[in-house]
Amino acid sequence: MERTEAELIAAAVNGDPVSFEPLIQKYSPRVFATARRYARLEREVEDIVQEIWIKAFQKLGSFRGDAPFEHWLMRMAVRTCYDFLRAHQRNRESAFSEISDPEDDWLERFAAAPESASEHADAAKQLVARILEQMSPAGRLIITLLEIEDRSVKEIAELTGWSVPLVKVRAFRARGEMKKILERITKDKYL
Amino acid sequence: MNTEELRKKLLAAARANPPGDHVPLAFEKRVLANLAARPTADIAALWARALWRAAVPCVALTVLLGAFSFMPTNTTTNTVNEPDLSLTFEETLLASSDQQEELW
Repeated sequence: MERTEAELIAAAVNGDPVSFEPLIQKYSPRVFATARRYARLEREVEDIVQEIWIKAFQKLGSFRGDAPFEHWLMRMAVRTCYDFLRAHQRNRESAFSEISDPEDDWLERFAAAPESASEHADAAKQLVARILEQMSPAGRLIITLLEIEDRSVKEIAELTGWSVPLVKVRAFRARGEMKKILERITKDKYL
Repeated sequence: MNTEELRKKLLAAARANPPGDHVPLAFEKRVLANLAARPTADIAALWARALWRAAVPCVALTVLLGAFSFMPTNTTTNTVNEPDLSLTFEETLLASSDQQEELW
């Protein structure tokens, strides 16, 4: 007979790591998708996800069960990704001269006629990833959650552990930060 | 170039291209192996280790203070010229009660 999620969690809390395996199998796709938003290299993504699961196992005793396990796990995932961004923030100082030719072409197409530059193009995807890499850890996290994943301020506050006013302040700053980066790109390119 | 429009376009690009959710083969086995390899946190052992580490500086401090207390004090010199500080302090402190006793 298949055990329920609550039974698996209870067994894992009592020190049975094997009961944790079905939970890892069930929720890993979601955790991997989250981690891939913040790390580009697959090796880094795997390390982040492994850390999330190890933390989850160690802190499973603090899971009260009044909210779904997935919500509790995603809070841990977002906070671990934020820690990763903070630990690797020195790597974000790459120059805009590194913009590839397809990205450059996409920007030129956008400058000529914004509607002709498709958002489905790989170049656009690479460019947005490059811009997010230039941002501060908090700015990147907020833009990802608020603008890309379309989450509400309240949801972000729950995921990050920040207060609602702090999320609003950081969102305001993040938009300004992103605007400055975009202005720098366009200035470097067109002035 | 309109940066606000560019920002919206790039965010739309990010929304249109969500990251993949594929999981590497046998990833759960890797996590479980890592969990098994990790030593479990034994609070009593941590306490014992911390206490053993603290013992050496404590003993050193005790020896140092013991030696310091057995060192001879330099009270024999200048006794004539300089007043004893402890005596002066005691006199000052008890001056009021001495005066009261005299009045009675």
